[in-house]
Amino acid sequence: MTNCNSYSLKFYEFAKEKDFVLESGLKFGPITVAYETFGILNEKKENAILIIHALTGDTHVTSAYDNNKNTPGWWDYLVGPGKAIDTDKFFVICANYFGGCSGTTGPSSINPDTGKPYGLSFPIFTVSDMVRIQKHLIDHFQITKLQSIIGGSLGGMLVLDWIVRYPNTVKSAIVIASASKTSPQVISFSEVGRNAIMADANFNNGNYYESQPPDKGLSIARMLAHITYLSKKSMEQKFGREIRATDIEQDKLYEVFGPMFQVESYLRHQGKKFVQRFDANSYLYITKAMDMFDLKKDNDTLDNVFKDVLAHLLVISFTSDWHFYSSESWEIVKAMMRNKNKVSYVDIDSDYGHDSFLIKNSEMITVISKFLSNYGSIN
Amino acid sequence: MKNAYKKKLHQIISNEIKNNSFVLDLGCGDGKLLEFLIKNKNVTGHGVDKDFNAITSCIEKGIPVIQMDLDNLPFDFENQSFDMVVLNQTVQQLHFPSKTIEEILRIGKKAIVSFPNFGNIMIRLLFLIRGRMPRTKELPYLWYNSPNIHLLTIKDFYRYCGENNITIEKKIFLKRKLLKKEYKIIKNFSNIRSDIAIFKIKK
Repeated sequence: MTNCNSYSLKFYEFAKEKDFVLESGLKFGPITVAYETFGILNEKKENAILIIHALTGDTHVTSAYDNNKNTPGWWDYLVGPGKAIDTDKFFVICANYFGGCSGTTGPSSINPDTGKPYGLSFPIFTVSDMVRIQKHLIDHFQITKLQSIIGGSLGGMLVLDWIVRYPNTVKSAIVIASASKTSPQVISFSEVGRNAIMADANFNNGNYYESQPPDKGLSIARMLAHITYLSKKSMEQKFGREIRATDIEQDKLYEVFGPMFQVESYLRHQGKKFVQRFDANSYLYITKAMDMFDLKKDNDTLDNVFKDVLAHLLVISFTSDWHFYSSESWEIVKAMMRNKNKVSYVDIDSDYGHDSFLIKNSEMITVISKFLSNYGSIN
Repeated sequence: MKNAYKKKLHQIISNEIKNNSFVLDLGCGDGKLLEFLIKNKNVTGHGVDKDFNAITSCIEKGIPVIQMDLDNLPFDFENQSFDMVVLNQTVQQLHFPSKTIEEILRIGKKAIVSFPNFGNIMIRLLFLIRGRMPRTKELPYLWYNSPNIHLLTIKDFYRYCGENNITIEKKIFLKRKLLKKEYKIIKNFSNIRSDIAIFKIKK
């Protein structure tokens, strides 16, 4: 689905005997994990950092090593030689999500039993499943200790699951603009997005790979989600009430209601761009996995969950984020403190809402680089 | 405050903190006190500061630190959840010092409050003779850029504790040595002689 001309993915395959047990109890396989690495793994295999992308992200965290720069990395300003996450020092691994559509096994992959894409016959999976699959990749590298695991948003949830599940494997961790569980507000937005996809006439119960995909539904889902990634102030600044007279849209809406506000045109553009790179089924599965995420299971407390964590955790939130509020980060910090665990917390003043973690921000760069300076490469 | 002075102050505060205790250092600045406590007293603890540069200098040292505004009360911590809460050279910078002290004695089993003593003779003389806001090693700021908005004397603190049923477990008074860049502990005429006061309190 993704155009990978300017960089090359690597693949790791396991569970060929369908022996990976999902949290649901179902056995599944084979699983291919698509990943990229940046920098060099040292001899002792002690300088690795795992970066975990967000909901619809991919492995391409930096374009620093690309032959041509056609595909920018989503964290170019933060990751690369000499950057805060310094690939001259660290061996950075980034793998595509299980269930995604950028190379790792997901609903759009071919089911070897049928020779056709899985579609909705793909098994339901959880954040923990995604993490345990990443762990297979880390084991494949024979890395026993990660210097750090870093992730934002849903990626941050995976980071939390990692440090709880594999306390001895992780020295430090950075959770950015995230939460220990998905709030009803976020679940609601996801649900509206999923409804838009399933209401699309092309959806056909997920069997659209040989026909027209439900682009309209998926783009509406993206438009809606995108609003939640911005803030009122950043939208005010970026678009105001400006009207784009030049944007001629060939649809009914335009004929009846005339030229569009710039923000409308922008959202449509985001929607259109998104459907070119993302699979609707993957969107359904991954948002559902995110909605189901709650680090504390059943009647447990968050304090209890963090009991065995050894990693020094850095939590970063942004003041204008209303997708994952600062207060949700603070709950993580408090629970870690109550356990007397090593935790640091920075609430960065930013107007860019949830998207702040993807936008160049000097305070975030400084904090991450200083934090990682304690976890140097051991040569 | 110069490093040599700071070090002495940190040593004295450290003497009042038990090994392996759980410490919260409010207004931790560059994290040097906590670093000292972790190294010498094997404490577990977190620093708290609102200043971004303070945060980064703690993080650089690997000292756990929380970005938080101490004027944002009440604190979101449970009763008696820390063995010791430290308020080192910070109380005079708070907007609501009384409320904050009340809070630290709620969240901490004990607290250490240290502050520059505004009753010191040099400060009195500077004000009397020059008729201007006094500036000293402990209080180096000008009136318009000073973060010290609630200055107090040792006598003020005694009175405050008395009125608020706060038990003073221990008090230590420091005076700058004449030639050496160091503090010495003094006992007598503390309000007029000492530059720094350290109180160990509980409720």
